[in-house]
Amino acid sequence: MSHTLLILILLGLMALAYQLGRRRSLKLVGGSRQVKALHSLPSYYGFYTAIWCGLPALLVLFLWVSLQSSVVRDLVVSGLPDSMQSLPPARLGLVINDIQNLAQGNIVSGEISPAMQAAADHYTRLRQTSQAASFVVVLCIALAGLALGWRFVSPVFRARNRVETVVRWLLVVCSTIAIFTTLGIVLSVLFESIRFFEMVPISQFLFGLEWSPQMAIREDQVGSSGAFGMIPLFAGTLLIALIAMLVAVPIGLMSAVYLAEYAGSHFRAWAKPLLEILAGIPTVVYGFFAALTVAPFIRDNGALLGLDVSSESALAAGLVMGIMIIPFISSLSDDVITAVPQSMRDASLGVGATRSETVRKVILPAALPGIVGGILLAVSRAIGETMIVVMAAGLSANLTANPLQSVTTVTVQIVTLLVGDQEFDSPKTLAAFALGLMLFLITLVLNVVALHVVRKYREAYE
Amino acid sequence: MLNVTPNSVGSVAPPAGVVGVGFSPTADDSRVISGTVGDIKAADPRMTARNVDVYYGDKQAIKDVSLDIGKNEVIAMIGPSGCGKSTFLRCLNRMNDTIDGCRVEGRIMLDDQDIYDRKMDVVPLRAQVGMVFQKPNPFPKSIYDNVAYGPRIHGLTDNKQELDEIVEQSLIKAGLWDEVKDRLDSSGTGLSGGQQQRLCIARTIAVAPEVILMDEPCSALDPIATARVEELIDELREQYTIAIVTHSMQQAARVSQRTAYFHLGELVEVGKTDDIFTNPSHRLTEDYITGRFG
Ligand SMILES: Nc1ncnc2c1ncn2[C@@H]1O[C@H](COP(=O)(O)OP(=O)(O)O)[C@@H](O)[C@H]1O
Ligand SMILES: [Mg+2]
Repeated sequence: MSHTLLILILLGLMALAYQLGRRRSLKLVGGSRQVKALHSLPSYYGFYTAIWCGLPALLVLFLWVSLQSSVVRDLVVSGLPDSMQSLPPARLGLVINDIQNLAQGNIVSGEISPAMQAAADHYTRLRQTSQAASFVVVLCIALAGLALGWRFVSPVFRARNRVETVVRWLLVVCSTIAIFTTLGIVLSVLFESIRFFEMVPISQFLFGLEWSPQMAIREDQVGSSGAFGMIPLFAGTLLIALIAMLVAVPIGLMSAVYLAEYAGSHFRAWAKPLLEILAGIPTVVYGFFAALTVAPFIRDNGALLGLDVSSESALAAGLVMGIMIIPFISSLSDDVITAVPQSMRDASLGVGATRSETVRKVILPAALPGIVGGILLAVSRAIGETMIVVMAAGLSANLTANPLQSVTTVTVQIVTLLVGDQEFDSPKTLAAFALGLMLFLITLVLNVVALHVVRKYREAYE
Repeated sequence: MLNVTPNSVGSVAPPAGVVGVGFSPTADDSRVISGTVGDIKAADPRMTARNVDVYYGDKQAIKDVSLDIGKNEVIAMIGPSGCGKSTFLRCLNRMNDTIDGCRVEGRIMLDDQDIYDRKMDVVPLRAQVGMVFQKPNPFPKSIYDNVAYGPRIHGLTDNKQELDEIVEQSLIKAGLWDEVKDRLDSSGTGLSGGQQQRLCIARTIAVAPEVILMDEPCSALDPIATARVEELIDELREQYTIAIVTHSMQQAARVSQRTAYFHLGELVEVGKTDDIFTNPSHRLTEDYITGRFG
């Protein structure tokens, strides 16, 4: 008897409630010919009854499930022998874990004492009781709700307005969940960052020129204090993003111009979706391409020219990232270019301008704010991109402007700081949160500016 | 005053006063279109269109239209909407080239050049035959840049002074100079509708065209702005050849010397504006100008 079953039963009851409410409304006015006599359409009465049946019951079920485990836990703890109850919280937690594991038949860490066995039995019993009780209570509430909703149905009852109100609140709740989740993520990053800044001064982080996050585990270890200067990382990120934009902006923009202004409708019909498919390639695949094809190619050709190219270069990562961003830019630019009214083209062509003159002197200037907005969005993507740089850019935090050298980026460092076993209170781990925060702030600013610019552009032609 | 011009090229129009065959103003078939009634020729033709057919894909929008656009005169094209007035007008400077699937057959001459000739370059053609559109469409640039756009594209001047001069002259001719001379740097889109349309006319004039095509240039304007533009058209007639599409018969009567009546892609009747409006020959023309449809 699981809660899934209960939810299925509830859904069944709601369907039943819908039918009952609907039928009753029709019956009260004497059949479907008299629908006009009802305040709302019969289906609204159905929905209304179903809401009464389902919503309170689901709420209670939700509360029950979320409180059940802590209540059961408290009850189990209070049933334990005093010697166990007085353990420090961390040890007590372990004991309770063991009890739970024992009850569920999983592997247990320590010896099984009779007290533990008794507690586990207690635990199982409590859970079963709670489960059964929840079943009964929730079903009762559902049936009571159904009856109540059914009673409310009458021709003058404003079911439509009530249903609309419930729908509105449902939407409000959903959007609140989305907003609070985002807020929660931001806050958790913020608090971890604050913890980091308690260990490493913020000025060192912001302006330090050296990044080597190794922390000594033992006192006598070499390099016992790490350096947490973010400048090399952000320089590397910007270098790669710059290379990416140098690739993506011209190619993306020109392909957008071609698609929007020159291509026939047939070519456009299949080329545009094709470009958009390119945007759907997983970035890890681009990563292979960068690490296995582009990077060796650049290194070999660089060697031919007598250049010293490291096998993981900013150039390789930037080039491939640029390719990844092309569809992004071309699709956004295509949208703004096609949004330039035809009358602008007519005006320009009408005085004898050629197509390319029209594009250069009228279309692009008119679409420029939108294009800039699109480019800014693309930059923020380039900065946040991880997979390609992890695979192709390398790990050494060089502070260099030479694209042939290996650099590392913020996202790469976050990944390397957090993979593997970590303690969650060393500066090394917490540094990842500080980096994440900086990255978040930068992309946030970029996005805000970009959206602002794009919106302003939209107004210009409305 | 009935002239039937069977749309065969080169046939000399019968002298005025001769009643052509194939058209009887009575009975039920009086609304049948069998060739254009009236004199398609202008005294001093600037552009001549002969047997023009236009197709959008498979759909024929213009059927066998022949018409002269005379020098220093205003010819008005009227007719119910969808009858192909704009389509025909756009043929005259090959603006139809920009529409996917649009095909033009027949012959259109500007002076002695066939504008649909393979060797014809549309860039100088559109400088010679300018166009003003239905909705005022100034560029989102300054007033000055709007007018200077054409001259710059065509490299008409190489110094700022001459360009200033062209801009000023064009704005004067378009009757807008006094209103905007103090704010040439402000945006063209900030002007009122009527001013915008005159700005567009100035932009067209600035490349020194010989023919100006206007597609319902006043339909988006209020009556006062309309009167202003109509006045302007009358002034421009002395220097330019003008073809104007309008859905307002009063406007056609006020500004034009000749009027052409289109119906379902065919040119039903052409003639002196006074004659068309006082004494239309074809029943369809009469129906239209007496307001029975359209
Ligand atoms: N771009 C186009 N594509 C397809 N058909 C068109 C296009 N432009 C106009 N047409 C058709 O050609 C006919 C004539 O249109 P138009 O010349 O705009 O008429 P008017 O200007 O007299 O109102 C109409 O039936 C219209 O539907
Ligand atoms: Mg039209």
